[in-house]
Amino acid sequence: MTDALTISDLVVEFDDFRAVDGVSLSVREGESFGLVGESGSGKSTVLRAVAGLAPITAGTIAVGGETLGRTRSKDFYRRVQMVFQDPYGSLHPRHTIDRALAEPLAVHGIGDAEQRIVKALEEVGLGTGFRFRYPHQLSGGQRQRVAIARALILEPKVLLLDEPTSALDASVQAEVLNLLEEVRRKRGLTYILVSHDLAVVTHMCERLLVMQHGKPVELLTSADLAARRIETPYTRELMVASEGFKRGA
Amino acid sequence: MSALLEVENLRVSFPTRSGVVEAVRGVSFTLGRERLGIVGESGSGKSQTGRAILGLTPPHATVSADRLVFDGIDLLCVSAKERRALRGKRIAMVLQDPKFSLNPVMRIGDQIMETLAAHGRGTGAEARRRTLAMLEAVQIRHPERVFRLYPHEVSGGMGQRAMIAMMLVAEPDLLIADEPTSALDVTVQLQVLSILDKLVAERGMGLIFVSHDLRLVSSFCDRVLVMYAGRVVEEIAADRLHQSQHPYTQGLLNCLPKLGQSQHPLPVLDRKPEWAA
Amino acid sequence: MKNDAQTWREWLTSERPASRRQARLGRAYAAWSRFVDNRLAMAGLFIILALLLVAIFADVIAPYSAVTDGDLRTARLLPPSAEHWFGTDDQGRDIFARLVHGSRITLFVVVLVAVIAAPVGLLIGTVSGYAGGWIDAVLMRITDIFLAFPRLVLALAFVAALGPGIVNAVIAIAITSWPPYARIARAETLTLRHADYINAVRLMGASPARIIARHITPLCVSSVIIRVTLDMAGIILTAAGLGFLGLGAQPPSPEWGAMIASGRRFVLDQWWVAAAPGVAIFIVSLGFNLLGDGLRDALDPKAAGQ
Repeated sequence: MTDALTISDLVVEFDDFRAVDGVSLSVREGESFGLVGESGSGKSTVLRAVAGLAPITAGTIAVGGETLGRTRSKDFYRRVQMVFQDPYGSLHPRHTIDRALAEPLAVHGIGDAEQRIVKALEEVGLGTGFRFRYPHQLSGGQRQRVAIARALILEPKVLLLDEPTSALDASVQAEVLNLLEEVRRKRGLTYILVSHDLAVVTHMCERLLVMQHGKPVELLTSADLAARRIETPYTRELMVASEGFKRGA
Repeated sequence: MSALLEVENLRVSFPTRSGVVEAVRGVSFTLGRERLGIVGESGSGKSQTGRAILGLTPPHATVSADRLVFDGIDLLCVSAKERRALRGKRIAMVLQDPKFSLNPVMRIGDQIMETLAAHGRGTGAEARRRTLAMLEAVQIRHPERVFRLYPHEVSGGMGQRAMIAMMLVAEPDLLIADEPTSALDVTVQLQVLSILDKLVAERGMGLIFVSHDLRLVSSFCDRVLVMYAGRVVEEIAADRLHQSQHPYTQGLLNCLPKLGQSQHPLPVLDRKPEWAA
Repeated sequence: MKNDAQTWREWLTSERPASRRQARLGRAYAAWSRFVDNRLAMAGLFIILALLLVAIFADVIAPYSAVTDGDLRTARLLPPSAEHWFGTDDQGRDIFARLVHGSRITLFVVVLVAVIAAPVGLLIGTVSGYAGGWIDAVLMRITDIFLAFPRLVLALAFVAALGPGIVNAVIAIAITSWPPYARIARAETLTLRHADYINAVRLMGASPARIIARHITPLCVSSVIIRVTLDMAGIILTAAGLGFLGLGAQPPSPEWGAMIASGRRFVLDQWWVAAAPGVAIFIVSLGFNLLGDGLRDALDPKAAGQ
């Protein structure tokens, strides 16, 4: 099996601040990999560095065996796409859903936009009734479905998911997570999922990396986590915290 | 147990371009000196319920109720001035994000002292002493240092603690906490909750805890109101939550992924129109 | 008929538009109905429409010629009367006729300035804001240089260099009025630059030119349009100021500022000569200001989001 994504000794610096400090990981093709941590752990920055939205100060990132440089080729974006955290901020407020989905096709000069848009909307369970609406006419869950459709319309192999459900209600989160699992199974996608929620990551991913202050803490499988085979105190702390409040603790 | 707060048939509605939107539609409950959780998803009216009690509903909305009595005072009849006097002194509110609730150009210590002065609970050296004691009570390690800091100089968790200190320093009888920990990291969240828990227990306050997180609320409160589309669909003792009868409450509990329990796909909520009826 | 209107409205306000056209029209309709609700804005619109009609039908409306001198012995500096509604000026010309014809010059000035200055400002602002770095630094220092001078003084310098005349005055005003638009567009762009929806377009592999033209500019346009309408009054006044100083429209052209300038010599005895164009400038400026305020409320994307 080849690796869909390899990151070695990644360092990301903004001015004097080191957001990511020496992260290495590799994700197999078709695997779902999770990055867990609290705010300021650098988990989202890793994802943004892969996407080209954050600078790579040191280390390398390779997608499909090809090392990424400072600029990304157009072809890269057909292989790697991203879904953002805030469904209210990831859709252009003046563009209809139709336009949001047509734009990537236009950028890459792909024909039969009509058919592809209809198909993409159906795939994320929205139907064509939503096609000409504006984002403000949609709920948070519906917007996130549109964002997923937009990411999938270029038929990428790797999907970067940055807290895709943390701004959604619990019941909507379940729907979106189910949708993500379904498209992954159907298309054989590789996922890299960033979340602060340990339960969501173990639900979605086979392996995960716990991060703190920009540094990797522990790499473990979801099965290990579920069975509480945990080695570092920080992971244990996260685990306890995610189980809810305990009086007198 | 005498009731601290009685709410009967509370309604909040907002006029909009496309007609009147009813955010809260007939909510009734009584509260003693206990911890009551109000849980619901976005748009369920849980926050507006909390705000209506405090009189913080936006001015263009209309609030009505058959009864809204706090410790023998009819909140529907009191003047704006009396309401202001109640607010902060006897009823206090902690909001989700301390960044928006603290005055950015005033030192944290001064803000807390001002709260004390505003409610006639001490000025000068006395107020300073109480403020420092309060900061210590919310487990801020160097109260003297934090006293002199501005809100932007502290972390989210620290800011929320300062906010709680400010709200509790006047020793209110009722605290309304609207998603007080949702903006915080999980590990910090628990610290803040245990501080809140300790203070409420020690001072015998009533607490209304508004949140979207059913599991968190049930582990923290004595009693839970589950709201859906502006109504209370179920009221249940927190420790009996797993025996809940209403399909919405059950659905909310089930749709969360759980550690060590794999369920693919996750059960989703099948919203029935009659829940909102 | 009423039924027809009803279905039209429903079609426009539909929550589920069925085509691109319907979605766009529905959006325009929502903005329009917000605009109509604002009475002052409608008053502004009415004033501007009236100005437009007057300019178009100037030849029909004006009872006398605007430029031919009247009989200097009998028709000079007559007070307002049924024959000469606003009186006559020192050359015996009917002031009402001159005002009506002057509206064309006023419109010519504001439209031309808007057409030149707004796109230039928009382009410089969005490019500067999106590119950042040294491009931003260079473009903004140039903008600062223009902003550092009072507009009238700078326009004076340009007209002095280009030579007096209405076209040169327009060019001078346009050159001096783009910097605020660039500033506004840049400020908007800076807040948009790191929005996730712009990141998302970047992740499609879209070029910076495409991102600026198709994704950023449309969001800056409304605030620039609003600012331009609010500036219209200032533009008219600058043009009038240049005319007043003798550097704008040249006699006998009936430019309002130049009319005030010629009337100031007898402002105490024959006040109407200067007052009539003064009031005209005031009303049109007010009209543009009201319109701009109304547009701000109608086009505000925050209001549209609700």
